[in-house]
Amino acid sequence: MSDLDWIIVALVYAVLAPLAGCILAGVDRKISARMQGRRGPPLLQPYYDVRKFCEKEQITSNGVQDFYVGCYLLFVIITGILFFAGQDLLLVIFTLTLGETFLILAAYSSGSPFSQIGAQRELYAAMAFEPIFLLMAICLYLQTGSFSVSDIVWSGELPSIMVIGAFLAFVIGLTIKMRKSPFDLSMSHHAHQDLVRGMTTEFSGRTLAMIEVSHWYENIMLLGMVALFIADGTILMTVLGIILAVIVYILEIAIDNGFARMTWQNALKSGWVVALVLGVLNVAVLLYL
Amino acid sequence: MAYTTKSPWILHYDASSCNGCDIEVLACLTPLYDVERFGIINTGDPKQADILLITGAVNDQNKNVVKQLYEQMPDPKVVVAVGICACSGGVFRDCYNILGGVDTVIPVDVYVPGCAARPESIIDGVVKGLAVLEEKTNKMKEAKR
Ligand code: SF4
Repeated sequence: MSDLDWIIVALVYAVLAPLAGCILAGVDRKISARMQGRRGPPLLQPYYDVRKFCEKEQITSNGVQDFYVGCYLLFVIITGILFFAGQDLLLVIFTLTLGETFLILAAYSSGSPFSQIGAQRELYAAMAFEPIFLLMAICLYLQTGSFSVSDIVWSGELPSIMVIGAFLAFVIGLTIKMRKSPFDLSMSHHAHQDLVRGMTTEFSGRTLAMIEVSHWYENIMLLGMVALFIADGTILMTVLGIILAVIVYILEIAIDNGFARMTWQNALKSGWVVALVLGVLNVAVLLYL
Repeated sequence: MAYTTKSPWILHYDASSCNGCDIEVLACLTPLYDVERFGIINTGDPKQADILLITGAVNDQNKNVVKQLYEQMPDPKVVVAVGICACSGGVFRDCYNILGGVDTVIPVDVYVPGCAARPESIIDGVVKGLAVLEEKTNKMKEAKR
């Protein structure tokens, strides 16, 4: 890619992803409300929330947490740019983990026991979804012969029934990664939890706004990964990929509203079982068939 | 228009309510009243709350808790006293441990009468609180400039 391409991808992603992510978050609130028999907030409610956070007085319980949260936002954006610029899938996954690490550090750095327990649980959740993400990258590599996102797309090997195991595992990994019930152990957007607001308990004002915006970016990147499974570079498959991503997102919302929360032990175990059974089986099939 | 009024998050604290008012506060979240329509979220976190909803009179044991919750909320913030107990002490006002209404400890912006306060009047009170919130937000913005 030339320098100019990089700048274009970066700008488009930096501007469009939060717009789409914000609307998706609004759709989430709306569908959740409808599933509970309520009308729900306006579609742009997440945007109003973030604007409100920026209007509030800034209270920071310690100096470094804003730095950590800023790094989280930065690395989430970088992850998305790397992904949509068609770079190495492994690099994308590792950068995402780095962002995640900063979020956990931020939660640990605040004195509240609620956010510290939240951070601890987020680590367990990361242990559950990281193997799934890695196995997904390995399956795509075995199928297409490359880790690079652009080579995967142009390889002509996708969509393929051969990676269906990795896809299903990835959808379940997404539930953990997006912190949807039953895996919303570390923090949750639902009211009144055992951990109050979990990792974000000590964050308010602009810090909280940054976390919210990072989620918008992150969700778009993750849904991009869903679309990658059937991408072959044609417009038709791109549109189908977007539709598939939206379906998966709505499915996640339905799962979110349909399940009670698990203990972290069960969450960790189910993450590993899924990764082992679906992911490893898929790798084995690709290797030996 | 201040965005604070479009997404007021509520912190609900039970001082020494008989739980009558608390049930009515929670009723506001049910499908019948659905306050999330207005972007209202019932959060448990003072640091993220804009409106402090207090039910029941303040007593000797929890006056510091009430003060601390109030101080932990970032500006702009509004206090709504729900139920006659929170307004003035109500039927409990002569009890040996009761200090009186919430305004004996922290400044109250809106008083919602009733025993128990009905969900409709609680929502009304919160909407009144939104006007105060808007005023305070604008003042804060001016002070910044
Ligand atoms: S106002 Fe009535 S219902 Fe409300 S807390 Fe007091 S006694 Fe209970």
